[in-house]
Amino acid sequence: MATSAVSLEPAAHTEAHELSFLRKYIFSTDHKIIGVQFLLMSWVFLVFGGLMAMMIRWQLGFPDRALPGGQLLPETMAPGGILLPEFYNSLVTMHGTIMVFFAIMPLLVGVFGNFLIPLKIGAPDMAFPRLNMASFWIAVPAGILMMAGFFVEGGHSGAGWTQYAPLSSDPQWTGVSAGQQIWLLSIAILGLASILGATNYITTVVNLRAPGMTWFRLPLSIWALFITAILVLLAIPILSGAAIMLFFDQTIGTHFFDWTDGGQPILWQHLFWYFGHPEVYILILPAMGMVSDIIANGSRKPVFGYHSMVFAIIGIAFLGWIVWGHHMFQSGMNPTLGMTFMISTLLIAVPSAIKTFNWMGTMWRGSIRFHVPMLHAVGFVAMFVIGGLSGVFMATTPVDIYIHDTYFIVAHIHYVLFGGSLFAIFAAVTYWYPKMFGRMMNPTLGMVHFWLTFIFYNLTFFPMHNLGVYGHMRRIYDPSQYEFLQPLAPLNKFITISALLLMLVQLPFVVNFVMSWFKGEKASDNPWEANGLEWSVPSPPPHGNFAEVPTVYRGPYEYSSPLVEEDFLPQTRKLSSDVDPAAAGA
Amino acid sequence: MSWILPSSASTFAGDIDFLYYVILVITGIAFVVVEAGLVLFMIKYRARPGRKAQYIEGSTKAEVIWTAIPAVTVVIIGLMSGGVWNTVKGRNSIPDNAIPHRVDVRQFEWDFVYRGADGQLGTGDDFTVRNQLHIPVNQPVALQLNAEDVIHSFFVPAFRVKQDAVPGMAINTWFEATEVGEYEIACAELCGLGHYRMRAMVTVHSAEDYQQWLADRIAAAEEE
Repeated sequence: MATSAVSLEPAAHTEAHELSFLRKYIFSTDHKIIGVQFLLMSWVFLVFGGLMAMMIRWQLGFPDRALPGGQLLPETMAPGGILLPEFYNSLVTMHGTIMVFFAIMPLLVGVFGNFLIPLKIGAPDMAFPRLNMASFWIAVPAGILMMAGFFVEGGHSGAGWTQYAPLSSDPQWTGVSAGQQIWLLSIAILGLASILGATNYITTVVNLRAPGMTWFRLPLSIWALFITAILVLLAIPILSGAAIMLFFDQTIGTHFFDWTDGGQPILWQHLFWYFGHPEVYILILPAMGMVSDIIANGSRKPVFGYHSMVFAIIGIAFLGWIVWGHHMFQSGMNPTLGMTFMISTLLIAVPSAIKTFNWMGTMWRGSIRFHVPMLHAVGFVAMFVIGGLSGVFMATTPVDIYIHDTYFIVAHIHYVLFGGSLFAIFAAVTYWYPKMFGRMMNPTLGMVHFWLTFIFYNLTFFPMHNLGVYGHMRRIYDPSQYEFLQPLAPLNKFITISALLLMLVQLPFVVNFVMSWFKGEKASDNPWEANGLEWSVPSPPPHGNFAEVPTVYRGPYEYSSPLVEEDFLPQTRKLSSDVDPAAAGA
Repeated sequence: MSWILPSSASTFAGDIDFLYYVILVITGIAFVVVEAGLVLFMIKYRARPGRKAQYIEGSTKAEVIWTAIPAVTVVIIGLMSGGVWNTVKGRNSIPDNAIPHRVDVRQFEWDFVYRGADGQLGTGDDFTVRNQLHIPVNQPVALQLNAEDVIHSFFVPAFRVKQDAVPGMAINTWFEATEVGEYEIACAELCGLGHYRMRAMVTVHSAEDYQQWLADRIAAAEEE
């Protein structure tokens, strides 16, 4: 069979001659190495984004006190340690930008798209390994460029991560010119990396599935990454195009968004959110998929309603395309559209509810093992629900009039992106760490990290709803300017202290991640007694992944099957009743 | 820390607040059901020696139930909201008897333009008060928002009103105050380094006080 010959080739290739260090670990075409590279890159940016959040929180909690250590910052950012309003705006802009584009998106799509797809579908590597390498090495300079924006004359962009024109398009309103152009260039370059990655994922899932790996035997993590890749391919080019238009407005005198010369500021919002809303699902669908894998494993039960879980992913992705206007209810857009976008947005509650109740259904009558990944996965469900429910308030147009652009939305997005995506990322990293590095993470440190993060996360973000209910605007440098916000000062201080502690309690995770890499207990092939194809190969898997092409006999969630004694039944294990897919004509 | 909305002082604020509380109750119930369910399942179905998980792949009946309930609920919320949205922001929502104002918005101030002695807006005797909007109680007020530089957003928390001001678009919005007093106006859309201090005040007068204030202002404007 032709496929087996192709699949065997890379493994044989490695035996033939050892790759140099440079080709093996730096300019590698191995999807597993690239996944780890994205992981390390994203951790660095996650720390940068977190530090920016700490500075923002300090300013909001203690607007009249110098930032501790702020003296180290240059005069143009924080003279005497007191943040300048323009630097504060840059911090708000860059916290959002870094977290969305350089931390959460690469963590979910870059890391797990790369690491999991070939391993879980039984392929030796991605369809286009060199494109894959290019994708990473395009993302790195984009990130360096983005950070460099802080050090150019005029400071970094301060127009918010949403970059609303004309604040973003005309330097006379902000005094920022170079920083603004750097932002746009970096995003356009990063877009290229995402497009290359997504093309690769789609091709790989369609073409390189092992014999017997039918569409409805794919793990939900792969379904989610596959649908996400389609969303990336449809959404990112819109952003890249819009960024280039804005760049032209700034540099070569076009007037796309310039109202004085026939352009329209609101056009930017339509383009941005036409990308931005699918982007929200790009940032949550892979999390949902991986959590499904982990909850089934932890509960020792099949995923409840596998098919409806698949259709819910597709449903969410589709609805994600027709809801962008809900970011613009108060923008001056035709109010009749408000009704349309409200209904389509509210409908997202339906597939979201299906997923939530199916996760609960998976745990129902299970035999739950509370390993660290499972804790984070259940934490994801518990927190995502809050983010989903708070979305109903904003989807409802009349209520949105009041809470739009307040801390209610800040609370909402952090319940989805931190409580949702980041808890899922912690679940996924701790779950697949043994496969990535061949060693186990320390479970005690993992438990400590989970519980402290869970507590301080909620103490930080839950009260933000209450700020929003009181009308506290987002993106303001000094809330003490307003009388009606004065009573909120103690709550703002409380949130700031909680946020500082939330940052601090990430230390056990960092220690665990680094120490386990060198000193962790050696991992067996299948430490979680899981069913997926990745657990049938050594930890870490060799270049080429599979010594021979695996054959798949069943779906990925056959836990506690009555057919076998053990409570798991790997996808590749052949029972006497199983028929070879080739023989069955599949 | 409270989920109770601060006191309000406009005609449609009550409807918006009512919807908020309806959603708070519905989402509150969903929240308790899910979180309590998760905790209960974690305790009840924790791994214990000698117990195996039950092999259950799903249940069509259960799935139909938890598809239908949220679908019906959100459609009801949507229908309840449509009317209120139309009252506040609909194309023809501005009452005929509303007092018209033009608001020229720029970094980082609000210029409220008032009708002069002729009772017409857009004529030579209009007068402008910076960062001060004076209005009578129990009478609708219509604002035409004209941004001159970047996008700003007109926000009066006590009136539950918020509307972006976009350069190049004259956007109309309205409200009717129901209580005499002073209320803060905030800019709700990031508009540059002074965004955080782009604050103004709206003063709601009794009908008599408003006439007096207006007469004084018009007299002062004519003297200039």
